[in-house]
Amino acid sequence: MLRYFVTRILLAIVTVFIIITITFFAMNAIPGGPFASEKAPSAAVKAVLEERYNLDKPVGTQFILYLKNILHGDFGVSLKTGRPITTVISESFGISARLGLMAALVAIVFGLTFGSIAALTRSGISDRLIIFFTTLLVSVPSFVLATLLLLVFCLQLKWFPVWSSSNPNYVLPVISLAMSPMAYITRLTKSSMLDVLGQDYIRTAVSKGVSQFWVIAKHALRNALIPVITYVGPMVAYIITGSLVVESVFTIGGLGGKFVSSINNQDYPMIMATTIFLAVLMVLATLISDLVYKLVDPRISFD
Amino acid sequence: MDESKGFPKKQLLSLQLDLSKFEQVSDEEKAQAVIMRESTTFFKDGMRKLRKNPLAMGSLVVLVLIILLIVIAPRIVPYSYDQMITVDGKRDKTAKNLAPFTYSKNEQAAIDKGEKIFPHIFGTDELCRDYFMRVIYGTRVSLSVGLFASLIVLVIGLLYGSISGYAGGKVDIIMMRIVDIIYSLPDTLMVILLSVILSTVLTEKLQGTIFQKLGVNMISLFIVFGLLYWVGMARLVRGQILTIKNNEYVLAAKALGSGSARIILKHILPNCMSVIFISTALQVPSAIFTESYLSFIGLGVQAPMPSLGSLANAARGGLSSYPYKLVFPAVMICLIVLSCNLLGDGLRDAFDPKLRR
Repeated sequence: MLRYFVTRILLAIVTVFIIITITFFAMNAIPGGPFASEKAPSAAVKAVLEERYNLDKPVGTQFILYLKNILHGDFGVSLKTGRPITTVISESFGISARLGLMAALVAIVFGLTFGSIAALTRSGISDRLIIFFTTLLVSVPSFVLATLLLLVFCLQLKWFPVWSSSNPNYVLPVISLAMSPMAYITRLTKSSMLDVLGQDYIRTAVSKGVSQFWVIAKHALRNALIPVITYVGPMVAYIITGSLVVESVFTIGGLGGKFVSSINNQDYPMIMATTIFLAVLMVLATLISDLVYKLVDPRISFD
Repeated sequence: MDESKGFPKKQLLSLQLDLSKFEQVSDEEKAQAVIMRESTTFFKDGMRKLRKNPLAMGSLVVLVLIILLIVIAPRIVPYSYDQMITVDGKRDKTAKNLAPFTYSKNEQAAIDKGEKIFPHIFGTDELCRDYFMRVIYGTRVSLSVGLFASLIVLVIGLLYGSISGYAGGKVDIIMMRIVDIIYSLPDTLMVILLSVILSTVLTEKLQGTIFQKLGVNMISLFIVFGLLYWVGMARLVRGQILTIKNNEYVLAAKALGSGSARIILKHILPNCMSVIFISTALQVPSAIFTESYLSFIGLGVQAPMPSLGSLANAARGGLSSYPYKLVFPAVMICLIVLSCNLLGDGLRDAFDPKLRR
């Protein structure tokens, strides 16, 4: 077990290193440095700037310096605004994290509920309805859902206010982020619940006279949860990538929206920093869900 | 023994049949032996199952209709996706942001004069282009990107997976470690990053070649798919090969002196084709998904070439005034992805040997 944990953590570290390497060297492959714009400064200024940002050193040295800076939490300076990127990230990540966590919570709670209902009313009307809607929702990209929700509920019906930082309304962004993972969790829960309900210990619990609610809540759902844990990693990845577009659709000033606007502004240090930051988050989420999965279910072998 | 019926007398210990112990078959019993259904092949049986699945068949019909639409519509509708609408050979600047099935002032005048003008089924966009044709071409682009990307994934994954699975040993371990690492990279972020970079790097390199017409972003999308998305397919193929490799018929082929390439191509791949085929079919909607996502954040196909994602993105500008501009491409994306998914599920239920009962 320890062996598995160590190799898994090592793989995660290697992955993070590779992500940083790819990002760094890819960004270096772009022709023209950050100071090669139309408003080119004079050669002397440029030389000073290049020395200031270590651009005069060989690529290998630059890379090592960049790694060192990242470890110290320093991602450099945004080309667009001139502000340190670490500050930008720490300011905007709060909103994104709140949005993402709410979406994850909604997806998990409703996914588990609907999945259990579908499994318990197998081939009944509610089961069919749930499966119909989840199939539909899995096929709707989050950006389509986000723009449609914005159109219908913000602009046409005016049920929800348009986002502003003084009056944030999380309902629509959370819905557009949570729907697809919720549908996926519903399907997962349904199939694993059906598996569990056929087990002997459920029959034992029922024959002991445990009420149906407690059989489900205590015996069935707990074991049905295990496959859902494996989905947490992919779900975090989905929510992060979804938040990029959802935040720019709703003009939320979170990290995702900043990332997309930095792509359009060609603000390379910002693109680099956000990619690394978000990628590390995703790798961490996958790592944690893998480790928890092995911890929770002792039947899984550790080789 | 009854000798009166003319049977020869049975000798003791002889193997001669005693015909009196047999009786004639009744007609009912004869009817049972008639072959009611001709024997089926794997493919025919799968197709029969697929035909019984109403969801899958419905999706197939929808997909066929969409394909027919995007093939036929450009031949019928007299507008192009990148040109302004013209009336009497002159550019019609009044045809801006028309609602579906309405005509511009100039067109109305021409109609009053008795001319026939093809209706703008989806209206027009802010540059006076027929929106129906833009959606049709967007669908063309999105579908072909989906198909090509899946083909790239199929080819690379198939080659890599079969080499790794068949070689086994150290080669397999090293090849699979590489796959593990690529698999653990957050794909969408890497796609965005690589698209940003490739589109800047390639713009200069492609100047003047045929690829330029295709658009830099499109090329970089294919490259990215070729770099990142094949790992799932490679794993699948490797797993299939590992299970098939130990069958007796492979041993027999080896004993007869066949080489590795022949064994892989003739004996192993045909036996895992159905699983690979299904997974490729399911790759198409996910590729369309990725393409529209990238187009939506501005990394997609080159303007004026439309794709469903970039149309949806462009529609955000005048969302409250012209909501139909969002609805048409959005519905098209959902329709394609949904029917591809349902058809893929149906194919899996019908052809996956593991799910067969």
